Amino acid sequence: MTALLEARDLTKLFPVGRGLFGRGGGAVRAVDGISFAIEPGRTLGIVGESGCGKTTTAKLLLKLEEPTAGDILFEGRGLTTLDKDGVRQYRRSVQAVFQDPFASLNPRMRVDAIIAEPLVTNEKIDKPHVRQRVARLLDMVGLPARSADLFPHEFSGGQRQRIAIARALALSPKLVVLDEPVSALDVSIRAQILNLLVDLQRDLGLAYLFIAHDLAAVAHMSHSIAVMYLGQLVEYGPAKTVATDPKHPYTQALFSAALPSHPDESRDEIILTGEVPSPVNPPSGCRFHPRCPHVLPRCAPEVPKLRGAFGREVACHLYDTAR
Amino acid sequence: MTTLLEVSGLSTHYVAARGTRVTRAVEDVSFSLEAGRTLGIVGESGSGKTTLALTLMRLLPPGARIAGGSVRFEGEDIFTKSDSEMRAIRGKRMAMILQDPMASLNPLFTVGDQIAETLRAHEQMPRRRAWTRARDLLAAVRIAVPERRVGEYPHEMSGGMRQRVVGAIAISCEPKLLIADEPTTSLDLTIQAQYLQLLREIQRERDLAMIFITHNLGIVAKMCDDVAVMYAGRLVEFGPVRRIFDAPAHPYTRALIESIPRLGDPTARLTAIDGQPPDPAALPPGCAFHPRCPLVVDRCRVEAPPEVRVAVAHHARCWLASERPI
Repeated sequence: MTALLEARDLTKLFPVGRGLFGRGGGAVRAVDGISFAIEPGRTLGIVGESGCGKTTTAKLLLKLEEPTAGDILFEGRGLTTLDKDGVRQYRRSVQAVFQDPFASLNPRMRVDAIIAEPLVTNEKIDKPHVRQRVARLLDMVGLPARSADLFPHEFSGGQRQRIAIARALALSPKLVVLDEPVSALDVSIRAQILNLLVDLQRDLGLAYLFIAHDLAAVAHMSHSIAVMYLGQLVEYGPAKTVATDPKHPYTQALFSAALPSHPDESRDEIILTGEVPSPVNPPSGCRFHPRCPHVLPRCAPEVPKLRGAFGREVACHLYDTAR
Repeated sequence: MTTLLEVSGLSTHYVAARGTRVTRAVEDVSFSLEAGRTLGIVGESGSGKTTLALTLMRLLPPGARIAGGSVRFEGEDIFTKSDSEMRAIRGKRMAMILQDPMASLNPLFTVGDQIAETLRAHEQMPRRRAWTRARDLLAAVRIAVPERRVGEYPHEMSGGMRQRVVGAIAISCEPKLLIADEPTTSLDLTIQAQYLQLLREIQRERDLAMIFITHNLGIVAKMCDDVAVMYAGRLVEFGPVRRIFDAPAHPYTRALIESIPRLGDPTARLTAIDGQPPDPAALPPGCAFHPRCPLVVDRCRVEAPPEVRVAVAHHARCWLASERPI
C-alpha cells in the first residue's frame, strides 16, 4: 500500500537560553530525525511521556510548526515543494481534534457557525447548501439536528467533542490528527467517542494520527504504534506486535506500567529509576541508557539505529545480533 | 481486625440561593474501612467522591452542609469535634494527598521547611530535629540525595518528585489514614508506576489505611482491597475488589468495567454507556442511573432502590440486585 503521509527524518529544534546577541544557548531537540508512514484509512498511534515530542510531531503534520530538517510527503509530494495552492489543499486534507472541547470551541458562536466555519472560508457555497452540509455532519457524529442553533455551553463534554469532530470532518479530510481526544472526558463517555471515531474511519476511509497517554486506548484504536522517547522513535510496528510483545526496554517498561483492567491481571512490573532527562541536553548514545535495566557498555557511546527485528522496527543494541 | 473508619448514612449538601437550591452531592453513604486496608472510591466528575473525602476531613467549603449521618474515626465521632480538635487530627492522624502537588506546596519555602512545619505544629518538635526528620522523610519517599534536596524549592523539582514531597508531608506524623484524591493524574505513566509502588511500600511499612479517590478503574484494580462506586452522590455498589470486577451487581459498575479498552484484547468493540452523567443539581427521579441503564424497569423511574446485600461484604443499590440469590 502506498502511504498517505510519510515523515522522513523529521526534525524540530527549539532554540533556548539565547544570549543578548542571539549567540550561545542550546536547542530543545523536540523531534529528532523520526520517520514513519500513515496509510489511507489506517491509524498510527504515538505513545510516549510528556516531553517525548508527540505533540510537536502532531503540530508539524498540521503545519502549525515548520520542521528544522527533514520532510513530510503527502500523497507522494513533499510539503516543502508545494506552492500556495498546494499548501491550502494540504491543510484542508489534514484536520485536527484536540483534547479539551471546552477550549477548542468558541463560546460565542452557535454550533452551526462553528461547524460551517471551515466550509465558508474554504469553499464558495451558498447558505442553504451550508445548512444541509451542517445537518449531515451533525447526523454523522450522532447529534440531533436542533443542536445547530445552540451554543457550546449547552452541551456536555462528550457532545462538545462530537461538535469538534464534526468541524474537523467539514472539509472531508483524509487524515485527522487526534491529540488526546478522550482524556478530558468522563470515563463513561470515552467509549462512545472512541466507537464513533472507529465508525467514522470505517465509513469515510479516514486515516488517523492518534496521540494519547492511555496505552490501552491507543492499542485499541491503532493499526500501528510508534513509541517515542526524548524526540526519537525507539520502537515502531504493528499495534498488536508492539503492545503485546514489546522489545525495546523503554516500551517494555511503559507497557508494564499500564494499569491493569482486572485485579488478577499481574504484569511483571518494570519500575524505572529516575526521570526523563532534559531534551536540551539529552544523554549520549542511546538516550534511554541512563535508565535502562539492560544497559550495555556500547549504549553510552553508540547511537542505536532503528532497524527491523521480530516483525517491527526497534532501536536497541540488545538486538544487534538478532537481526 | 479493627474498624478504623465508619461512615453511616452520611449526606452532604451544597446550599445556594438562601436554601432554595440544594445540591445533594453526597446522599446517604455508608461504608467502613479497617486498619491497614485500601479502599477505592470510584466515580465520574460530579459523582460526589471529592465532597465525600472533604467531609471525612471536615474541610468542606462554605455553602456545604452536613445534612445527616455520622463519621467515626478510631471510634470517635468527628462531627462532635471542635475546630481546634479537628486541626489536631488532620495532618496527624489522617492526612490527604491532592492531585496537583504544585497547589499543595508553597513556592516560597524550601521543601524541608514545609515538611518540618507539620512536625513542629503537631509534634512540637524543635527546629533542628524537625529538619533532620524532614531529610529522613525525603529518603523514605525514595528521593535521591535527600541532604541536598531538603534545601530546595518546589520549582527546582519535577512533578513526580513534588508529589513525593507531598507524600512525605502526609506521612510525617505517622497517620493511620491517608486519603489520596487522584494522586497520580498529573504524572506520566512510568512516574505513576513509581509513585504507586512507593505508596504500597509505605503502606506496608506503616500499616496505613488508604482511600484512593479516582475515576480510573485501573488504579483500583492495582491498588485496592475494596471498592466503593459512586454515581450522582450515592454509593451504588460496595464490595471486595475481585467481586466487583468479576460479578458486579449494579449495571453502572458493569458498564463502566466493560467500557474500558483492554491491552490484551485490543480489537473488541467497546461497550459504550449511552447518555451522560446527570447534573447533580437536577437529578432524575427514582434511581439516578435509570435514564442510562440498559436493564431499566418501571419501578426504577419512580422509586430509588434501597441498599441490598448481594453477598458477604458486597452491597448494591439496584432493584434488580435484590432479586439475585446470595
